Amino acid sequence: MISLRNVVTLRKPRSGRLEERTTARPPAVELRHIDKRFGAVHANRDVSLSIAAGSITGIVGENGAGKSTLMSILYGFYEADSGEILIDGIPAVIARPADAIALGIGMVHQHFVLVDTFTVLENIMLGAEGGGLLRRGALAAREEVRRLEREYGLRVDPDARVADLPVGALQRVEILKALYRRARLLILDEPTGVLTPQETDQLFRILSALRSNGTTIILITHKLREIMAVTDEVYVMRAGAAVAHRGTAETDSVELAELMVGRKVRLTVDKGTVRFGAPALVAEGLTLRDERGVTRVDNVSFCVRAGEIVAIAGVSGNGQSELLELLAGIRPPTAGRFTANGRVIAPETPSNPADMRAIGVSHIPEDRHRSGLVTAFAANESAILGYQRDRGYSRWLLLIKHKLLRHCERLMERFDVRPRAPMLRSANFSGGNQQKLIVARELDREPKVLLVGQPTRGVDIGAIEFIHRQLLQRRDAGCAILLVSVELDEVMALADRILVMCGGGVVGELSAEEADERKLGLLMANAQSLELRAAAAVGAVP
Amino acid sequence: MRGARAPLPHWVDVGLIPLANVASALLIAGVIVLAIGENPLSAVGVLLAGALGDSEGIGYTLYYATNFVFTGLAVAVAFHAGLFNIGGEGQATLGGLGVGLVLLAGDGHLPFAALLPLALLAATGFGAAWALVPAWLQAYRGSHIVITTIMFNFLAAALMVYLMVNVLIAPGSMSPESREFGPAAYLPQMHEVLVPLGVKLTATPLNLSVALAAALCVFVWLLLWHTPFGFELRTAGHSAAAAVYAGVRPRRVVMISMCLSGAIAGCVGLNEIMGVHHRLLLNFTAGYGFAGIAVALMGRNHPVGIVLAGLLFGILSQGGTELAFAMPAITRDMIVVIQGLVILFSGALPQLSRPGFEWLFAVLSRRAPALWNA
Amino acid sequence: MQDALAIVVLILSATLRVATPLILGALAGLFSERSGIIDIGLEGKMLASAFAAATVAALSNSAWIALAAGIAVAGLFALVHGYACITQRGNQVVSGIALNMLAAGLTVVLGNAWFHRGGQTPTLSAEARFMPSDMPGAAAVHDLPVLGPLYEGLIGGHNLIVYAALAAVPLTHWVVGRTRFGLRLRAVGENPQAVDTAGISVAWLRYRAVLLCGLLTGIAGTYLAIAQNAGFSRDMTAGQGYIALAALIFGKWRPYGALGASLMFGLLDAIAIRLQGVRVVGVGEVPVQLIQALPYLLTVILLAGFIGKADAPKAAGTPYGKER
Repeated sequence: MISLRNVVTLRKPRSGRLEERTTARPPAVELRHIDKRFGAVHANRDVSLSIAAGSITGIVGENGAGKSTLMSILYGFYEADSGEILIDGIPAVIARPADAIALGIGMVHQHFVLVDTFTVLENIMLGAEGGGLLRRGALAAREEVRRLEREYGLRVDPDARVADLPVGALQRVEILKALYRRARLLILDEPTGVLTPQETDQLFRILSALRSNGTTIILITHKLREIMAVTDEVYVMRAGAAVAHRGTAETDSVELAELMVGRKVRLTVDKGTVRFGAPALVAEGLTLRDERGVTRVDNVSFCVRAGEIVAIAGVSGNGQSELLELLAGIRPPTAGRFTANGRVIAPETPSNPADMRAIGVSHIPEDRHRSGLVTAFAANESAILGYQRDRGYSRWLLLIKHKLLRHCERLMERFDVRPRAPMLRSANFSGGNQQKLIVARELDREPKVLLVGQPTRGVDIGAIEFIHRQLLQRRDAGCAILLVSVELDEVMALADRILVMCGGGVVGELSAEEADERKLGLLMANAQSLELRAAAAVGAVP
Repeated sequence: MRGARAPLPHWVDVGLIPLANVASALLIAGVIVLAIGENPLSAVGVLLAGALGDSEGIGYTLYYATNFVFTGLAVAVAFHAGLFNIGGEGQATLGGLGVGLVLLAGDGHLPFAALLPLALLAATGFGAAWALVPAWLQAYRGSHIVITTIMFNFLAAALMVYLMVNVLIAPGSMSPESREFGPAAYLPQMHEVLVPLGVKLTATPLNLSVALAAALCVFVWLLLWHTPFGFELRTAGHSAAAAVYAGVRPRRVVMISMCLSGAIAGCVGLNEIMGVHHRLLLNFTAGYGFAGIAVALMGRNHPVGIVLAGLLFGILSQGGTELAFAMPAITRDMIVVIQGLVILFSGALPQLSRPGFEWLFAVLSRRAPALWNA
Repeated sequence: MQDALAIVVLILSATLRVATPLILGALAGLFSERSGIIDIGLEGKMLASAFAAATVAALSNSAWIALAAGIAVAGLFALVHGYACITQRGNQVVSGIALNMLAAGLTVVLGNAWFHRGGQTPTLSAEARFMPSDMPGAAAVHDLPVLGPLYEGLIGGHNLIVYAALAAVPLTHWVVGRTRFGLRLRAVGENPQAVDTAGISVAWLRYRAVLLCGLLTGIAGTYLAIAQNAGFSRDMTAGQGYIALAALIFGKWRPYGALGASLMFGLLDAIAIRLQGVRVVGVGEVPVQLIQALPYLLTVILLAGFIGKADAPKAAGTPYGKER
């Protein structure tokens, strides 16, 4: 898949680095030393890349690697703190999307930005109406859309209302929007996340056709299979930096998976001998369909025994969050059922978070800022979130302040939350300490079943170790723990068994002994599945 | 300016910025006074003297403040639940209606000791009922509570006019008022109450409902910050996701908080009907409902702030009346102007002064870093 | 028969006169809300512009200069609202309420200070007002059985602003539906992100919408002060700004819907007085207050979803800013 537009000299595959390149055209885009911070978060660290004209270049990386931020800078949503951008070899200032559009850059967003109440044609015309009166512009637009349809196979009905269209058609509309504005550089951000396999193949055909016509394409994705299928070159990003650059032909999924995931220091925590008890959390065919009818959780079954940690690994957005919400009682299942500590929860017998707590199920939510605590509350109030009705905190209908304070102090002491200030606003604690407080709150209940989501996201190394040790202690005390995490280190450090979710369903299961980063990385990126799922799984790319 | 600005210390948020907002409002009001040819400073002097200069002025100020505190608390309770209750006028009207109905029915037969709790029940009950429908519509049908409460204000006014003109009007009366209540249905006035204690005050409309206002302040404070329900209400107001996580049912919170809000607003009716006018009449709410929004915003939705803001508005009301005598060019409508300006600056432009303060603190912290590292 | 026709013509004619400020107000709110800015402040803008128009008319004795003044003042209020909501990203409902109160107080304070009549402005002479005009050829058709009274009384005999309001409806429909500006306006009220990514300034679009709102409420207020009446008196809008809002919602944020709702509410008002004392079969005497309350009641019923769905523009009420 080497583009014939550039004359490229490649080194041997062993080192895998592109050394020299003589090109007939200057690179379509060159980013030099792009740096961007959002407060304490260093989203892009000194990123330099060069995208060959007329190629399809992939940018891979896990969530939070900085890919989307980089492309947002290219499209003018943000301005980089430092660095420069060259388009076709000429330095360019891109202060807002209008500048990017003028330079021929088009973007297809991960979450579509279409006006639901408009027709396809109106959405395409928005911003490029061709004059003050719509009627004249509409005629020309229709012509152009028909031309683009023919040339690239982008089939849509221009008069259909966007709200009525299926998701695959929406993406075609987004691509048409960019092409209508004569985009020479097309950026696609995670385009296949919501597509069926057939729609994905269609998309790739369209991309190939575009490339043959000289359009440069940047494909942002975490799906290695797609990178291998359609790109010419690939950059790997990790933790805000561009860590590798390969020609697609000279690398493979395995190497890319390793580069994506990185060789972090594995936290060696002694897991100790395991003694499993009776099943405490059993899921049978759990399914969840959302209001749009899209299946978010697809026929998931598993069993967690007392004294066992089962981890669910997988890239964010594959149904893990929804599964946790199901198990915590926040949403009722559409089909299937699960049993927690003897209580059966099914569509006919739904539960709610208060009930689940009463049964002995505790929940450390994924998003500590939105769900885990109330940032405006003082720490001692966040420390009882979910347990505010507990009799231990009230007397005669009133919450006893000093009981709350003492409770909070105790939690802070046991779990080393700093500063030891129960009156301090939750927002003023560091991420790690906030998380420790939430973990303290839930573990203090000595639950029989514990649901944990991303327990160490945005948490410093010391706190990570601490939290992991606490979770293992709980496990040893006989708690059944279901852990959802995108961090492979964490998964491998804690889990007794690992399930991998992709596209809403479980695509593989490994025991702690057999699991390693490589196998897990491949499963997560769905490059290869140990058990082929039925093609009926919606959204999964087999 | 791309450099990171140090966040402002908490006391600036709670103390300085609200003060700056009020100051801006008063400044512009002063400009308007100047524009109509009066001296703002002497106007302020007359105002303060009229409001606080003698016991009569203070009595009136407190009487006005009572109503402002009621409506301010009502708006604040709803705000804490994330709801914007603009229906204070209508809820206060209905509260007054309830009080009037109870007293008209019972003032001949029942003693004061029985009428008082019944009237209180009616004021809060009718007020809550008038807030119930918009609340239900918001919780179960998704109708925007702002629009429905505005509509309900007008419906309350129409209902009241109909009832006063056609049903409850005192026989032979020229204006739409009911007959006067018997003495058993009077809320004792403060100047009467304090006589046995040896305190002599000039007669003012200030009555026992001021004690109710104080009690409600304590009640709201306890409820919101010291009960599990208040905890859930505030959680729902801050973050819907956290509320659901915590096992709170959002619809229940909407319904109960709005009913509470309406009930508190209804107490204005107790003050006006049972404490001051001793008859049912029209327009006794006189803009207290909308002013309550200003009071709540200025008082940052906390009972302590609401008392202070309520007092301020009470001073403005009473002082304004005196001012209208002394300087005829400045009518009572100036108070409405000030209320509008306060709402504008405290509610719609609250962060206007923030960049200024951040700049100020940045400059000061460069000069004296040790002092300002909060 | 002749009598009945005369009454019908009178009622319909009154309907048009009452509906005019509602139509203008509803169209004003339409522009603002379709762009995503909630405007509770229609009442305040109408009141302020009524006062400005009446004052300038009294001073300049010219209806047209007064109209310009009314529009300017309403535009000023609109600009403040826009600044608070768009640039400062403040609470749109609160801003509207604040401006209403400001207008209510300021008009009386200034009116009293300048004219010393307790808030009223001097009564205007005919040349400082928009007076009703006869349609051409009215005399010729005067004697025709049905058409005559209709032409003379209903279609003719109104002042310029009434016709302008009616013309504003198809004009608004055309602008919103068939122009580039209208397309972008509708887009920014549904999904401002789509507009932003297309390279269009969300803020500038919303400011223009808010200013158009000011223009139309300015005309409505001017109508009240110098066309329908002969001067300004305190609180003369008497809630019509809110009824206009109700008409907008009842008309589902569409120009012709708003027209229909405004006409309906105007009709209710016109027959309210006439129904006083009349016994309706099975119900007894219909209280005039019930009829006056009907616009509000109907709006609530609509909002509850009992008369079809009322879908507000999706982005209305949410300030737009890049939060990523």
